[in-house]
Amino acid sequence: MAHEATHDHHDDHHHHAPQGFFQRWVMSTNHKDIGTLYLVFSLLMFFIGGSFAMVIRAELFKPGLDLVQPYFFNQMTTMHALVMIFGAIMPAFVGLGNWMIPLMIGAPDMALPRMNNLSFWILPFAFTLMLSTLFMAGGGPAGGWTMYPPLSLQSDSLAYVVFAIHLMGISSIMGAINIIATILNMRAPGMDLLKMPVFVWSWLITAFLLIAVMPVLAGAVTMLLTDKYFGTSFFNPGGGGDPVLYQHVFWFFGHPEVYIMILPAFGIISEIIPTFARKPIFGYRAMVYAIASIAFLSFIVWAHHMFAVGLPLGADIFFMYATMLIAVPTGVKVFNWVATMWGGSMTFETPMLFAIAFVILFTIGGFSGLMLAMVPADFQYHDTYFVVAHFHYVLVTGAAFAIMGATYFWLPKWTGHMYSEFWGKVHFWCSVVFVNVLFFPQHFLGLAGMPRRIPDYNVAFANFNMISSIGGFLFGASQLIFLGVVVHCAFFAKKKATDRVWEGAKGLEWTVPSPAPHHTFEVPPVVRDEELAHGHTDD
Amino acid sequence: MSQQHDVYYVPSKSQWPIVAAVVMFLTVFGAAHWLNAEPGDTGFGKTVITIGAIGVLCMFFGWFRSVIKESLAGNYNHQVDTSFRMGMMWFIFSEVMFFGAFFGALFYIRNFSVPWLGGEGHGVLTHQFLYEAYSGAWGTAGGNGPLHVGGAFNTVVPWGLPLLNTLILLTSSVTVTIAHHALRAGHRGRILLFLGLTVLLGATFLYCQAHEYMEAYKELNLTLHSGVYGSTFFMLTGFHGLHVTLGTIMLAVIWCRVLKGHFNKEHHFAFEAVAWYWHFVDVVWLGLFLFVYIL
Amino acid sequence: MTSGSIRTGRIEPNQHRTPPGRWAGIRRAGAVSLALALALCSGLAQANPEPGQLNLTRGVTTWSEVPYFLNNVVLGVCVVIGILVFGAMFIAMFRFRKSRGAVPEKWSHNTMVEVIWTTIPVLILVALAWLATGGLVSFADTTGSQMTIKVTGYQWKWRYDYVDYLGKPISKVGYMSKLDALSDKTRQLHSGLDPYAVTTDGYNTYLINVDKPLVLPIHTKIRFVITSDDVIHSWWVPQFGWKMDAIPGIVNTAWTNINETGTYRGQCAELCGQDHGFMPIVVKAVSQEDFAKWLADQQQASAPAPAAASSAAAPASAQTAAAPAKAGNG
Ligand code: HEA
Ligand code: HEA
Ligand code: CUA
Ligand SMILES: [Cu+2]
Repeated sequence: MAHEATHDHHDDHHHHAPQGFFQRWVMSTNHKDIGTLYLVFSLLMFFIGGSFAMVIRAELFKPGLDLVQPYFFNQMTTMHALVMIFGAIMPAFVGLGNWMIPLMIGAPDMALPRMNNLSFWILPFAFTLMLSTLFMAGGGPAGGWTMYPPLSLQSDSLAYVVFAIHLMGISSIMGAINIIATILNMRAPGMDLLKMPVFVWSWLITAFLLIAVMPVLAGAVTMLLTDKYFGTSFFNPGGGGDPVLYQHVFWFFGHPEVYIMILPAFGIISEIIPTFARKPIFGYRAMVYAIASIAFLSFIVWAHHMFAVGLPLGADIFFMYATMLIAVPTGVKVFNWVATMWGGSMTFETPMLFAIAFVILFTIGGFSGLMLAMVPADFQYHDTYFVVAHFHYVLVTGAAFAIMGATYFWLPKWTGHMYSEFWGKVHFWCSVVFVNVLFFPQHFLGLAGMPRRIPDYNVAFANFNMISSIGGFLFGASQLIFLGVVVHCAFFAKKKATDRVWEGAKGLEWTVPSPAPHHTFEVPPVVRDEELAHGHTDD
Repeated sequence: MSQQHDVYYVPSKSQWPIVAAVVMFLTVFGAAHWLNAEPGDTGFGKTVITIGAIGVLCMFFGWFRSVIKESLAGNYNHQVDTSFRMGMMWFIFSEVMFFGAFFGALFYIRNFSVPWLGGEGHGVLTHQFLYEAYSGAWGTAGGNGPLHVGGAFNTVVPWGLPLLNTLILLTSSVTVTIAHHALRAGHRGRILLFLGLTVLLGATFLYCQAHEYMEAYKELNLTLHSGVYGSTFFMLTGFHGLHVTLGTIMLAVIWCRVLKGHFNKEHHFAFEAVAWYWHFVDVVWLGLFLFVYIL
Repeated sequence: MTSGSIRTGRIEPNQHRTPPGRWAGIRRAGAVSLALALALCSGLAQANPEPGQLNLTRGVTTWSEVPYFLNNVVLGVCVVIGILVFGAMFIAMFRFRKSRGAVPEKWSHNTMVEVIWTTIPVLILVALAWLATGGLVSFADTTGSQMTIKVTGYQWKWRYDYVDYLGKPISKVGYMSKLDALSDKTRQLHSGLDPYAVTTDGYNTYLINVDKPLVLPIHTKIRFVITSDDVIHSWWVPQFGWKMDAIPGIVNTAWTNINETGTYRGQCAELCGQDHGFMPIVVKAVSQEDFAKWLADQQQASAPAPAAASSAAAPASAQTAAAPAKAGNG
């Protein structure tokens, strides 16, 4: 959608986009079209998941049940998270990867274009399956996105959700395989691994995480399914099992999953900041190693979500130490971003604003993560709004802000037109103010003792909840501006984008015309080091 | 590292991905509906799942047919071949992780949950307050938990059919390797013979496993319901069996393609992919034999 | 009410403190950040959530100060690091902007600073980990307890059974504890009732009040054994400083030693179905003498025919597992 206009301009001579709508969008083998599909789908899901969040915030506006039944509230919480995680954030990153990775490494397309198309087209069906449960007699899943048994086994929608997750898992695994094959096999000659943009690196590592953990999630939910429908006892102590086993398997997936949702964001920020600071990223290699260390550590910290389930002391201690260690490579990244700005020559277009907000607000989320990692303190924080505040800082002002920044950053390359800088900035300032009004008070609520996943609360929590809800509505409304800016840029904008778009932009993706023609790099480009952001290999 | 970059092959548009998405959806939608069916259900779920499953088969047939055609037409250059290889390798890695989840569950159950329920280590209080009579043993003596879910059962003796099955799979790994060497040496007859043998061995394995399952259900009272012992036993061996089934079918397809002369000394990625898969299935079985049957 | 007395009477020198002596030095070391944290958040001990409360409660038990203290220290550390990092960033944003004519430097690497900013966080983390480990070890030690309470979670109420006290087993003292009737009526969808009108002793107890609180003695090391009958719940009283999951078929353990008499309120802290938000916990901490009396009454009440049972302290509807108000929602 974003570049319907693509083919009438700078197109390559004989390779025009196919004309039929169905042919082009449904049977596509083109990484740009499929990337667009992913991005549009993800935006749609962001709005659906966001409207569920609005139901949550509306019910929590003041004490007393005013809008929905508690059971429906739980369905909203569960669906909100599932839709946001699997429908909005992850597909957005896959879409960005699809669009940009081949451009960045000088590849003509993804390595396995048809599988790429399948990866995408599974998603709308998977979400139809999952969302349809909301209209069924028993309602949707209501056990939280973590689906702990035995509670999750009480719901009839379990089978639908489990199968939907299987489908999403298949989609993610295929998408990840494709990205790995593309990066390892399709680079233009001269594009050495350590000359790749950090975004490509972050995706390479993320793809590895995806392939490693999505099957584990599939296994976990399969055990739920057989426990409910086929009489197995994995999670039933009467039969020798243990409900805690599910939590171990789930979080073995779940923790790497949260880094799946942040590593590509790190990559994006590492592209945006050098561009607008007009100075190469500081400590390129350290950035790559940091991502790899975070990915490695993410496999040995899962039980920090389970400090209150009564683990043996030794386990608590091990998982606490391992979790705290993650602050080190993450800190390296934060410091390197600041050092990239230091000594630069900065301008503050919308993508840069989002990147700066990301660095600050993600770090705040990281700090609360570190607080959560301290086991005795987590005994208090666990399952309160403090946790909710933590993960929205890393997910909304982290992942989602990075995605928005990336959209502004690359939109001119996709559409060939500049978006409205004014409205982009309006969107930014509204978002950054309201998101803090929305989530910062939730720290206080958690510390004061408000549990998460409750539809109603004591009046002592009333004032901060009301502030948070107001922030929520305003933040939600601000996203309509985002929609407006994107639609305007894609269809109505007049101002043409140059090929380089941003003065400080470096890398192969900025050497192709704007909008990027339907097919690029059919003949491998000549990679010249001075054109790359990391052409020098000395650091 | 970098490949010979002759003109990149962009596969043509294809309807198969969207067909695949639709039939997969139908299959799982039907399955979910079926699982939740009330006693007097019309069988709607069953119908849908049947349509979906047939659709999946047709889709695989159609998709692979078009890929084979393109491959025979010589469209796939070295780079495409490498992409396929990477794809297959990482797919197998994802399968390893899938089995890893179940092996992990088995590990946890045997080393933590069952002993703890029996009062060892971290489980003192659980045992004292809830299951004082339970000893926390594995296998026949208590692998179905403190409440004896599924009733008394006997375990499968590893040195009978399972051992035979181990030998069968090991042999089949050898035969498939011989066939591979034959392919590289260009001995068509030998390929067909040894690949055929591999298929037969796979089928024999499945026959033995079916037999073993029947015996377990009828004579040993070892069922999927036999507490965690039954759960882990049948889920692990069952998923493995499914993979053997898939592998055998793939081997059979490859056999037919050899017959049709689809492969030559250099170009036989499909053959290799299936061989890798078969070795993977084999290795998983060794893990099963050790951790599920013997220990 | 209760909160006032806690603020004044917290420190009791004769009381055995679980965090051993080495804590004292660290406390002094952390004083700076603590003061900072206190300045930011009015971290006063409260017996119940209070409107506008910004920080964790300090709690009322011998151990509850551990998470509180740790929270303040780590918060202080983060604030300091935050000020440094964001401060540097804002300086950069001010000094190195194109509009001020800044020209980009050429360097993009400096091993020295990279080593420094990898090492310093490690050192900070080691210190934090050391603090946390001490607190965790003291929590894990349930030995030497003088009393055992069995807590069982149900959808959506709690059951308390008194197992032993001062070495003597107790039989048949146990009862269900569920959301009080007024909160329950008020919380129905469109009930038209005002949550602000649900008060006890002048304190709003909407959704944090029960029909029968758990009665516990102070200055007694109490061991909890926690389990559940259906799905996972979590037993949490913020003033005790911990929560512990109640898992069906599994028994978890935790302990507390309350310093102050008073009423302490908490809530179920693990999603357990539709009424997860409506299964509060109330602990009434009384002096050891009062407790002995109360316990005797309870034992007496449960000994004869249940119909005759009735005492001033609490109606002994002990073994009835009734939750009529919520049955309709099931
Ligand atoms: C993008 C997602 C994302 C990210 C990046 C993180 C990052 C981190 N998370 Fe978070 N987390 C979630 C998503 C995420 N988390 C979610 C969704 C949940 C809840 C799930 C659920 O229950 O539903 C959760 C829950 C969660 C818990 C469980 C809480 C509970 O339920 O009781 C814990 C506990 O340890 C934790 C810790 C951490 C830590 C230590 C980090 C670290 O990676 C943070 C590291 C970053 C920094 C520390 C800041 C920058 C560093 C410096 C400036 C260097 C110097 C700093 C110091 C030395 C302090 N997280
Ligand atoms: C992955 C990313 C992600 C994102 C982006 C968000 C975004 C938001 N979340 Fe998220 N949330 C989670 C992941 C995410 N969340 C997870 C994992 C949980 C845990 C679930 C669990 O406990 O199982 C959770 C739980 C959760 C809770 C706790 C629920 C509970 O414990 O019961 C709350 C409450 O405030 C909340 C609020 C919000 C809000 C207001 C937003 C906003 O940022 C959303 C903004 C977007 C929109 C509003 C949509 C766009 C706009 C419109 C549709 C226009 C119309 C709207 C108006 C005019 C107002 N979320
Ligand atoms: Cu019980 Cu939540
Ligand atoms: Cu985590």
